Amino acid sequence: MTATLTKPPVDVSTEPEQPKKPRDTRGILTWVATHALGLVLGLMFATPVLFVFLTAVMSDDQAFTSDLWPREWHWNNFIGVFDKAPLFQYLFNSLTYSLLATAGMLISSIPAAYALAKLKWRGRNVAFLLVIGAMMLPPQVVAVPLYDTWSSLGLTGTLVPLIAPYFLFDAFSIFLLRQFMLTIPQSYVDAARVDGCSEFQALVRIIVPMAKPGIAATALFCFLFTWNDYFGPLLYTGEVKEQWTLSLALATFKGMHIVQWNSAMAVTFLTMIPAIILFIFAQKSFVKGITFTGVKG
Amino acid sequence: MTATLGARPAPGRGRARARHRLTVLGFMTPAIIGFVLFFGYPLVATVVFSFTKYDLINAPEFAGLDNYAFMFKDPLFTKAIQNTLWFVVVLTFARTVFALGVASVIARLKSGVGLIRTLCYLPSLAPPVAATLVFFMVLRPNGGPFATVLGWFGLDSPLWFSDPSWAKPGITAIMLWISGDLMIIILAAILDVPQEQYEAAELDGAGPIRRWWHVTLPTISPVLLFGIVNSVILALQLFTQAVVAGSAGSGSADSTGSTKYLGFPDNSTLTFPVYLYTQGFRYFDMGYAAAMATVLFVISFAVTIVLVQRMRKGSAAEEGGPGA
Repeated sequence: MTATLTKPPVDVSTEPEQPKKPRDTRGILTWVATHALGLVLGLMFATPVLFVFLTAVMSDDQAFTSDLWPREWHWNNFIGVFDKAPLFQYLFNSLTYSLLATAGMLISSIPAAYALAKLKWRGRNVAFLLVIGAMMLPPQVVAVPLYDTWSSLGLTGTLVPLIAPYFLFDAFSIFLLRQFMLTIPQSYVDAARVDGCSEFQALVRIIVPMAKPGIAATALFCFLFTWNDYFGPLLYTGEVKEQWTLSLALATFKGMHIVQWNSAMAVTFLTMIPAIILFIFAQKSFVKGITFTGVKG
Repeated sequence: MTATLGARPAPGRGRARARHRLTVLGFMTPAIIGFVLFFGYPLVATVVFSFTKYDLINAPEFAGLDNYAFMFKDPLFTKAIQNTLWFVVVLTFARTVFALGVASVIARLKSGVGLIRTLCYLPSLAPPVAATLVFFMVLRPNGGPFATVLGWFGLDSPLWFSDPSWAKPGITAIMLWISGDLMIIILAAILDVPQEQYEAAELDGAGPIRRWWHVTLPTISPVLLFGIVNSVILALQLFTQAVVAGSAGSGSADSTGSTKYLGFPDNSTLTFPVYLYTQGFRYFDMGYAAAMATVLFVISFAVTIVLVQRMRKGSAAEEGGPGA
């Protein structure tokens, strides 16, 4: 994306095609049409959340009707839901899972990504292919033996089976970090080696500071993935309510805890806020990280 | 070992190599242990379990090919395969075309790009459970905003998550709403198409649509292939949206007690992973679940190979070129 911006703008050499007169009116029409279409698309993506929000602030009675606009704005619905379900407990569990997993991922994935991106060794390509294979594997494929093992260790019903793997291996993070590190010129690493740095020092002093945007993006994705995770918490903590994460708990709200639409939507809206906040503060990291997963495959 | 050392004139070099190897090993050890524990072992164990009868309490009992044979007699297995196949075809097509379309529009915007891009991308960050409930609320046939708006035009809303023939399209709608990541990837690829190619086409008298068809599409085709493979994998793994839509649709959203409601309505949302989960972790038929997992593994492995081959080609073409 940055490459596009640095590309030279349209050259003067292409100017001679000005004479095509109808271009002006047609150009304006195209401009209006594309921008109208863009606006419609933007609204299309935004309206579902808008409806969720509007429903969340309706009164209990109105939320059952087909009204689109709240007659009165019940802001305290957002506070009231904390009485209807132990949301703080779920929030705490979600944060425990996401923060510890992200911390563990950083400890385990940065060195591995460095070895895959900047060190030469036999078997490196095979190792990278295994990382990709692990990344593509549906989590359900390995669920049976893993559940069996965690269960015989007596750790099902806790968050341990969800968090522990991140301290050793997270395929997507290793993949993404490696892609970022590849863009750091090898000469920086070589210079550090000439200066007598060990590989560890080169990683900590040269690569990590230079790869900060990449590390930030990877940490964001890891945090969001765990925050949004449903299958993992359902598998390991489904039976133990005290260990539920927000995502898992949310799936049961409409029906079990909360019957009213306004409360259900208030909780739904609350669970989406962290992602929105993270995005506002780190928009560039997100876009960069997303782009890296696809373009530079 | 001695032969290698003997071949090298400087012994210091050999020591440096050994140290290098130790460094690599040091960096890779956690990953190697993690890979073996969480992928290597369970993959092998899944295949082994698939030949047994195992309920998690009593020791596994060898059962030969019973689990695999049962698949052919199990109507729900067929149903689950059909549902997942439906998503592989429809979701893959819809998601790729939709993301390409939205990205193409955004790429042509001159102002407001940031805002529109953000609006299109943000939903993809929402928890899948939340996204599903959002659509469940918006699309609910009695009094939902979508039905209300349709009502203004005198139209009836489909029953969506309560109708076996509309539940899968409903889930597809959710998946399109959260396809912003693919849009961003395609958008970046479109913006990376060299401007000179457009100019050359324009000189040849090609209008915007023909330029898009003859310049944009061929240039970004590797990224589109990535989008297709990525969507196929997504479709194969489809779990959360199906479970949440099914249990919310059945009116009993209880993560622990909704066994009989998974796949609601009429097993139309019973995807392959959902059925695997049901057999393994609701009925504790671990052997059968492992057999299904083995089938799923073989399929996703084949898809991964396609992706890896595409990446090999991509990186070979990029060799020596400037970094993106």
